[in-house]
Amino acid sequence: MQPQSPFALFSIDHLLSEEERAIRDVVRSFIDAQVRPYVADWFEAGSIPARELAKGFGELGLLGMHLHGYGCAGTSAVAYGLAALELEAGDSGIRSLVSVQGSLAMYAIHAFGSEEQKEEWLPRMSAGDAIGCFGLTEADHGSNPAGMITNAKADGSDWVLNGSKMWITNGNVADVAVVWAQTDDGIRGFVVPTATPGFVANEIHKKMSLRASVTSELVFTDVRLPKSAMLPGVRGLRGPLSCLNEARFGIAFGTLGAARDCLETAISYALDREQFGRPIAGFQLTQRKFADMALELGKGMLLALHLGRLKDEGIITAEQVSLGKLNNARESLTIARECRNILGGNGITLEYPIIRHMNNLESVYTYEGTNEMHTLVIGQALTGLAAFK
Amino acid sequence: MKIAVCVKQVPDTWAEKKLRSDDSTLDREAADGVMNELDEYAVEEALQIGEAHGAEITIVTMGPDRAGETIRKALSMGADAGIHLVDDGLHGSDALATSYALATILEGRGFDLIIFGSESTDARMSVVPAMVAERMGLAQLTFAQKVEFEGTQVTIDRVTDSGYDTVTASLPAVLSVVEKINEPRYPSFKGIMAAKKKPVETLSVADAGLDMARVGASASWSAVVDFAARPPKAAGTVVTDEGNGGVKIADFLVGQKFI
Repeated sequence: MQPQSPFALFSIDHLLSEEERAIRDVVRSFIDAQVRPYVADWFEAGSIPARELAKGFGELGLLGMHLHGYGCAGTSAVAYGLAALELEAGDSGIRSLVSVQGSLAMYAIHAFGSEEQKEEWLPRMSAGDAIGCFGLTEADHGSNPAGMITNAKADGSDWVLNGSKMWITNGNVADVAVVWAQTDDGIRGFVVPTATPGFVANEIHKKMSLRASVTSELVFTDVRLPKSAMLPGVRGLRGPLSCLNEARFGIAFGTLGAARDCLETAISYALDREQFGRPIAGFQLTQRKFADMALELGKGMLLALHLGRLKDEGIITAEQVSLGKLNNARESLTIARECRNILGGNGITLEYPIIRHMNNLESVYTYEGTNEMHTLVIGQALTGLAAFK
Repeated sequence: MKIAVCVKQVPDTWAEKKLRSDDSTLDREAADGVMNELDEYAVEEALQIGEAHGAEITIVTMGPDRAGETIRKALSMGADAGIHLVDDGLHGSDALATSYALATILEGRGFDLIIFGSESTDARMSVVPAMVAERMGLAQLTFAQKVEFEGTQVTIDRVTDSGYDTVTASLPAVLSVVEKINEPRYPSFKGIMAAKKKPVETLSVADAGLDMARVGASASWSAVVDFAARPPKAAGTVVTDEGNGGVKIADFLVGQKFI
């Protein structure tokens, strides 16, 4: 009997339109050619050719792909999810670059920016000629962003920005940062060109996860911005949280890509690897692992696709996005760990993608809303009681 | 300029290819279909010619329903329109029958240039471009690794075993390209979405005015008489070193005419 891939076993393609499959296939072949052969080296070196990658992604239409106008491709949410999945099958760090660019920085400007801000930044960002980052989290304010210290004070016709942001993907390679800060008028967003005097990005080193991704601390010391730098369209935490919802939606799909790559690698390894005179894929304990992992992967995909259809209808809720992010990041991490186990010693080297995915997923598990916060969001939805306020 | 690019859907390059037990034709259901790899270079060349000189690009294919996906892919890369010749009566056509069918639907549409990939990864005969050129009475510029235009003259570097020949012809002409010619682009998402709205003309044997007696397996001049599965790999020769391992290896290499 011919082995089937986990998604084929679930007939996932049956749920996709020809256009969605075409977009997925392009991203997959791009990643296979441009990322997969190099990413282990990038991971080991802790650096990526971010500009070059962004340019290539821009040519495909990946950056801000689900946004409309200003050079963006304007695809469906499902197509965006499938692209995130294929990107993350390459590496979570590479998917993070695209998520932050499209769903955080570009989405914020697209949803809340002035016409001038959109015209200035979105066409260049969708083409990959300008890279964006997104500053919400601070060293001491992660799950509770409302406590942020970073602030902007009106000074004549200018704003003066002070403070710092932490764990900022793309920070050191960004041309523009969308920064959220306290003002006399509540939390507001600012579009900050990174060349502005007083803006400093410090790269975070010694990471053991997301090494094929740029992570930074942003420091603002009397960064003087014109009045027009503020995002006019939103006030309060609703702004950044709606951006996070966009990115979390992509993560619900994306993590499954990493898990799929682990599972396919482990199955192929177990078919080749012989112990006691036969392939370990033929042992019942190994098959049970595969069956359990394929089930979780397929169930996660069905959930992600369901969320995608809801999003395309415009009726998805934040609680539903939490269901997807919590479940799929959690199950993908479990799958990666189990696959690492199946590969034994070989599972710990970068010759195989598994330990890279596994270490990456440790970050993805806690970023964009920790497992605990998404759990409590779901708990609140089920009981009406907020456990975290 | 009006350009036609003839493309073919073939089994996925990496899939194991199978022949059908009933009529010895290719089993198209046994593997995913993809655009023949060299045809991607043909489409890319057409797009680059169009970008440099202006062109309306039509993708032409002959094949079952799902070969329409291959037209759609070329349209998503940037071509303008498609023609899909699809008919059960075409099943089993060999190169002669295929070239007759293609030449018939290409004729009279005013194409200045007809571009092919230089071979398909399934049949690997490299003869259809030449046959189409002959049937249409057009110059054939095959195995091109470089194409240049000057007025209505087209000049190519034609790859040979020892290097290349420079060949020039007047338009209209038939061109086939090798993989050295360019680097095919990925379809962009905008291209994929725009492809849905581009016109694809679907023709049956009757619509195309083809003579039923000249297409399909029964009209083909070549046929597969017999075939067998590739034999499993035989065990290799093990050389045990008893102090003369080097000599044994040298003897083996001499025996195999490697040295």
